[in-house]
Amino acid sequence: MTKLFAYVAIGAGLLLPSVSALAQSAPEAATAVAAAIPNKGDTAWMTVATVLVILMTIPGLALFYGGLVRSKNMLSVLMQVFVVTALIYVLWVIYGYTFTFTGGSPFIGGMDKLFFKGITPDSIAATFSKGVVIPELTFAAFQATFAAITCTLIVGAFAERARFSAVLLFCALWFTFSYMPVAHMVWYWDGPDAITDAASLETVTAAAGWLWAKGALDFAGGTVVHINAAVAGLVGAYVIGKRTGYGKESMAPHSLTLTMVGAALLWVGWFGFNAGSNLEANGVTALAFVNTLVATAAATLSWIAGEALSKGKASMLGAASGAVAGLVAITPACGFVGPMGAIVIGLLAGLICLWGVNGLKRLLGADDSLDVFGVHGVGGILGALLTGVFAAPSLGGTGVYDYVANAVNPDYSIAGQVWIQFQAVATTIVWSAVVSYIAYKLVDLVIGLRVTEEEEREGLDISSHGETAYHR
Amino acid sequence: MKLITAIIKPFKLDEVREALSQIGVQGITVTEVKGFGRQKGHTELYRGAEYVVDFLPKVKIEAAVDAEHVDRAIEAIEGSARTGKIGDGKIFVYDLEQVVRIRTGETGPEAL
Repeated sequence: MTKLFAYVAIGAGLLLPSVSALAQSAPEAATAVAAAIPNKGDTAWMTVATVLVILMTIPGLALFYGGLVRSKNMLSVLMQVFVVTALIYVLWVIYGYTFTFTGGSPFIGGMDKLFFKGITPDSIAATFSKGVVIPELTFAAFQATFAAITCTLIVGAFAERARFSAVLLFCALWFTFSYMPVAHMVWYWDGPDAITDAASLETVTAAAGWLWAKGALDFAGGTVVHINAAVAGLVGAYVIGKRTGYGKESMAPHSLTLTMVGAALLWVGWFGFNAGSNLEANGVTALAFVNTLVATAAATLSWIAGEALSKGKASMLGAASGAVAGLVAITPACGFVGPMGAIVIGLLAGLICLWGVNGLKRLLGADDSLDVFGVHGVGGILGALLTGVFAAPSLGGTGVYDYVANAVNPDYSIAGQVWIQFQAVATTIVWSAVVSYIAYKLVDLVIGLRVTEEEEREGLDISSHGETAYHR
Repeated sequence: MKLITAIIKPFKLDEVREALSQIGVQGITVTEVKGFGRQKGHTELYRGAEYVVDFLPKVKIEAAVDAEHVDRAIEAIEGSARTGKIGDGKIFVYDLEQVVRIRTGETGPEAL
């Protein structure tokens, strides 16, 4: 996806020799600025896709999470998701975009576009097709929504006990030191336009993010979004500690109706997230769309089947959780695998994430309130690894595109790709865990991570926000 | 005068109200309550977390009746609230010292 550098139109003639050569050979374009022009259809689609990802976060994720907590903490969850979203949008425009999507080092971008410097309505961003571009503002806005949803995913792990100001400070720190570098490592590259031969490919690869250069495949954010956020959540659940009364008192969800509404909005919005990650409107967009349809459906079915077989009943919460598990697992794979591969990934995600919130959760012993790690961590890791398997052309995948030959590379090694995927997964886990641990400790020193036990018992709606979700 | 308090299954409320109306009871007060008795609760499962729900929802009805009508009222409640399964509820009868109709100031059986 989502990895491309963007440059202003003036510089594009130098950066895009193949494109400018084409333009000059066409008489009517000879006098025009020698740069690709965004297609109206692509631009319109990417604008819609951006709105869909916004919908995923608020209200989608907010309601999905909100329904899962006790009624006395409903507004605190809605607030944390809503306000973290707002915070990240602002940070993204100020410094997030430049450190993520400009060249610098393999681990973090540079400061060329601090405060969106130099980005105008005429600036363009590359896609995965040579000569196809979209407005850079569209690309940057689309990416802002990814940064925001990643940070808001974390709050589910320490829901019902974290101090509101601590959540905001933590998210700002984590966004800066984990989201930005990991997104840069996985997604940043100059775009395909400059690649004409082995030498130019080497130049582009050398300037790209560390994991991108290794060849890690992450179409829409299995590592960057889901594993990254889930590890931060799990570390948070350990550092902040269990909810008062955990394991003794009932902490049953207060509204699975709202959780279902939230999960359904997530599913709808995820079409923007996954299919939009192709950055243009073409056949790969349609492939990502179909995979988002079927992997999610398959995971819903396998989760409730597993539940019915092991516990005797299929539940609404199981169906909603299965859908999210499927969405998470197909995220890194959606533009690389075929629909049958997507169904297999979905079926496995439903079953393995069901284990993630049961057996694995007991094993880990943390009070990850809303199972951020069990669903997003486990599903993200599974999806990232299986991307390496089902991207294989022999298993119905698209393979890896060779921009020098301008064709799919006929050599695809499943074992080799899975090893690369594993490195991306391991890097993300370690990076996020270290950054999260330090950031939580720092916030604990400065503000204090937890509310008092009295405030927790009263409920965060009243004690942190001075209002009540439901009046009787 | 007697005060009858009955704990019944919520879905039996309409039948009980009808049976009491038929024997001339002029009014009842209804409260939604929770409690436990010999009917066991149930377990709810949310992902990995299992919760035992001990307190089941019931309806409490209160009716004040003349002493001479009390047996018929008890029979009416019994007959209409019974399913024969565990958890049908209980009827409690108390002596009622005084009744006042607030609008007119009437007291005693006239106020019923």
